[in-house]
Amino acid sequence: MIIIGLFGGLGAVSRYALGNFISKYNKISFPYGTFLINIIGSMLLGITNHFYRDRIISTDIWLFLGVGFLGAFTTFSTFSFEAIQLFMSKKYKIAIFYVLLSTILCILSAYLGLNIFT
Amino acid sequence: MFMYYLFVFIGGFLGSISRNLVGNMIQPLSSGFPLQTFFINCIGSFFLGAFLPFAKIRLKPEYSLLIGTGFTGAFTTFSTFSLENVLLMNEKQFFVSFLYIFFSMFVGIFLSYSGYKLTDQFHKKEGASTS
Repeated sequence: MIIIGLFGGLGAVSRYALGNFISKYNKISFPYGTFLINIIGSMLLGITNHFYRDRIISTDIWLFLGVGFLGAFTTFSTFSFEAIQLFMSKKYKIAIFYVLLSTILCILSAYLGLNIFT
Repeated sequence: MFMYYLFVFIGGFLGSISRNLVGNMIQPLSSGFPLQTFFINCIGSFFLGAFLPFAKIRLKPEYSLLIGTGFTGAFTTFSTFSLENVLLMNEKQFFVSFLYIFFSMFVGIFLSYSGYKLTDQFHKKEGASTS
């Protein structure tokens, strides 16, 4: 449990660092940081789950990387907060685009991650 | 700067442990609907919606990073949501997957908005402005 927490802490720090890095170069209102982080994390979780199912990695490693690191790296709460911020500033098109595209691309990248090595 | 990373780390540490604990307490529905992730993402969205406007006025950035970016960010998860949908679709549970996506998006975003409005109401009563 403590080790899941340590990996989760690292996942959150990576999200924070990568989010800062991306937002430095992102001058428009579309929240690229969270968007890319969730897509990358979903794909990596698909890959990790594939390795876990094929017993290439143990249950412990799956819990550390999948539940700890990648679970904490990606985030739903920031995603929904960014969506309502876009709605409240009347950027309806960008808000709907953000929600739909995040959902479709994250699920697609988890699918690709799960199947990329088969 | 290092302190900011430390606060995010501690928040992320506690957030992911909490997600694991809460996730273990809730069972998925018999249809395969992943109630645990759904519940976690909804609670986290409501909390972050209420917390961020409060933190903006009242808290130092360190505490916003600890509780918002670190804890709540790590408590909720998008990658598990994505993977669970792929696994549901692999088992041809398309309708359950559709409901899971639909409810996560609508309820999650609605709760985030409700949390935001709740804090906004308190601030208005006390004469402070969130904007």
